[in-house]
Amino acid sequence: MTTLLKVNNLVKKFGGLTAVSDVSMQINSDELIALIGPNGAGKTTLFNMLTGVISPSSGTITFDQEGKKISLNHKKAYQIAELGLARTFQNIRLFKDMTVLDNVLVAMTNQYKEGFLQAVLRFPKFYQTEDVIVKKARNLLAIFDLDKDMHKRACNLPYGLQRRLEIVRGLAMSPKILFLDEPAAGMNPEETAALAKLIRKIQKQFHITVVLIEHDMSLVMNLVERIYVLDQGTLLAEGTPKEIKQNKTVIKAYLGEEG
Amino acid sequence: MQTFFQQVINGLSLGSIYALLALGYTMVYGIIKLINFAHGDIYMLGAFWGYYVINVWHFNFIAALLSAMVICGLSGVIIEYFAYRPLRHSPRITALITAIGVSFFLENGMAYLFGSNARDFPQIVKQVNYNIGGVRISNIQIQILATACILMLLLQLIIRYTKMGRAMRAVSVDNDAAQLVGINPNLTISFTFALGSALAGAAGVMIGLYYNSIDPLMGMTPGIKAFVAAVVGGIGSVPGASLGGFLIGLLETLVQSVGLSAYKDAVVYVVLIVILLILPTGIFGKNVKEKV
Amino acid sequence: MIILKANLKYNVCWFIVMAAAFYLVNILVMVGIIDSFIENMLVTIWINVILATGLNLIIGFAGQFSLGHAGFMAIGAYAAAIITQQVDTVGGFYLSLVVGVIIAIIAAVIVGIPTLRLKGDYLAIATMGAAEIIRIIINNLKITNGPAGMFNIPQFATWPFVYITMCVTTIVVVNFINSRGGRIIMSVRDDEIAAESMGINTTRWKLAAFVLGAATAAIAGGLHASYLQTIAPNDFGIMESISILIIVVLGGVGSITGSVVAAVVLGVLDTILQDFGTLRMVIYAVALILIMVFKPSGLLGTWEFSIRRLFASLKRRKV
Repeated sequence: MTTLLKVNNLVKKFGGLTAVSDVSMQINSDELIALIGPNGAGKTTLFNMLTGVISPSSGTITFDQEGKKISLNHKKAYQIAELGLARTFQNIRLFKDMTVLDNVLVAMTNQYKEGFLQAVLRFPKFYQTEDVIVKKARNLLAIFDLDKDMHKRACNLPYGLQRRLEIVRGLAMSPKILFLDEPAAGMNPEETAALAKLIRKIQKQFHITVVLIEHDMSLVMNLVERIYVLDQGTLLAEGTPKEIKQNKTVIKAYLGEEG
Repeated sequence: MQTFFQQVINGLSLGSIYALLALGYTMVYGIIKLINFAHGDIYMLGAFWGYYVINVWHFNFIAALLSAMVICGLSGVIIEYFAYRPLRHSPRITALITAIGVSFFLENGMAYLFGSNARDFPQIVKQVNYNIGGVRISNIQIQILATACILMLLLQLIIRYTKMGRAMRAVSVDNDAAQLVGINPNLTISFTFALGSALAGAAGVMIGLYYNSIDPLMGMTPGIKAFVAAVVGGIGSVPGASLGGFLIGLLETLVQSVGLSAYKDAVVYVVLIVILLILPTGIFGKNVKEKV
Repeated sequence: MIILKANLKYNVCWFIVMAAAFYLVNILVMVGIIDSFIENMLVTIWINVILATGLNLIIGFAGQFSLGHAGFMAIGAYAAAIITQQVDTVGGFYLSLVVGVIIAIIAAVIVGIPTLRLKGDYLAIATMGAAEIIRIIINNLKITNGPAGMFNIPQFATWPFVYITMCVTTIVVVNFINSRGGRIIMSVRDDEIAAESMGINTTRWKLAAFVLGAATAAIAGGLHASYLQTIAPNDFGIMESISILIIVVLGGVGSITGSVVAAVVLGVLDTILQDFGTLRMVIYAVALILIMVFKPSGLLGTWEFSIRRLFASLKRRKV
């Protein structure tokens, strides 16, 4: 097990407000981690920094690419994505006017090449490339039971499937780390349970690290190997679900005094 | 130095016309996010109305100005009702094309009815030039500047202190929420068009007086310039539109005075682009960051 | 191999359609049904198809609201005019088109890099400004003969040449849209932040679409200059950009088929209204307002004609 992502003393300030203060964490390969905390704890802000959507005020983020240490601090979001960090969004961000299949194909952009002339003059090579890449996308969609909907427009999918499509899209990037921002938001208990199973399955099957933000404690406790607890921008605790359950400060902050 | 001040005076006069027009653009944009392309043509209507009532009914300046404001305000409301209201929930680009259609309609309709050639605007105010320290300023210029300033002040008072003004601000911030607290958005939007178009009508009469010549296509270029002014000031911002108008007016006359009149429009656009690159939403515009 | 064969079938079908239209026009010209007046209408329509598909690529597919298409058209037109007046040969004309495209690409990069950071209406007004700057520069140069414009430009753009060029540019644009690049620009249109986090350099791809659109506009400009033989800076003002935009929106933003249909409809309407004098533009304006009010997403919305789907539905009907 190697450390993929190392975060040191990360701080993000918005004007006078400190959204994330002094957070250090490390994310290893082949791990399933959860980031929990009450609303406004800074979880999404942390995700946004790790994936380059916003840049940190101070602190360092270092990514390990086969032994090479790469600082992500000043990298743009697309460069970070190219390194193998994929994500989903809390408020679903699909390419809503494109088909389900095209959504996945866009995520695979950096895995195939098509020259301009090749594409506009339709060389045989173009059709071959398209064929290979479409098959690959189809297989991924099949894992999530989305292949039958693949020619539908993404915005016409029901909510639950839209969430799933976002995960497929993240996976299609063949990432090293997949960040899931509240993947179960708005789902009922059965859907949530099914999703948990699916997350476990893909994490094993694709040998990737999954980091998820979640409110639903029951989902997290039985699913993940390690938990980071965030509260008011600071890291409260870190440990296995069992340890977290017994951690006094966490109980006090997260579950309330009585819990 | 004297020529500089002379140009400043000229620039301010022209700028006040742009500012009046820009206010209409900015208010309409603020409330329904539409670039009202036909706004420049409302100004043309105002000029033609002024021409008509002065020649036929022998109105004086104030009466011509006020009646033009009423007529133009009414036209604005009618145009909004028939052409823009059905498209309130359509793609914005569709509404823009409709606005362009309305603009074509007004320009060519006027040309069809009254002919497309330019005509002299009746000079009801006899021009008197004053000389202050070598800077020449005419009573018409003073009149334009004063009228524009009074109108802008009035507008500011209406927006700040009347119930309708508050409703306008509320609808432009959040239409749905405004409806929830009992504001009638249709009425508010009509009122906004009436205000903006009335200002354009006033500007039309004054430009007739200033340049002494009007034609059905006269609204096109000043319309675009005024829109640029509104964008420079930060579209949606009322003080921004006034500032932008004066800025563009000054810039144009100053560029002209240094002998680059062939490039005066180009300079305006260069300034527009530069300002947008530094302040992507104009001088007083609010920059809204998308939440992830 | 199967995929290649299937696609070959569709491509051959398209080719037959285009060739058939060509021969139809050719026959009609020979028997005299198409006189110079109608030919002029057809060529104008075809040039407008090139302009509208290019602008639709930028607005409808890349989601960047550009109002400066006429500026790039002007570059192509003046390149063709200036070069063919010096080198009065077909080769010179081809060269002038290439030069026009190259200059338009350079101009599009210069305009695009700073302005494409802007969004929506701000981008529209900035590109409009940039196009006006181009026009004003042309208006004041000696080589372009200033505001008077250029005349006696040798006519190399005959109707067959314009037709074939229209077919080629449309194929290029459509094929680009249905490829990796097209998917990327559409993703940028739908959600820039999500596209960025898929590893897409959104700035670069927005620019790519803008440049490709500008290049086709330059070609259209070259054809325009060479066919009409006279051009003036005022032909390429804001109103020209707007009339191209009208074609795009009328046909349906995001539908290339729509752009073609709208170009034809407007071209024919314009010709029919020719006899109405001043009333012509009034009727045109009313038609425009009515179409927009009753068909807000344009004539075709985002619908595209596809031979593949046509075959599929025919097959289904047979079974």
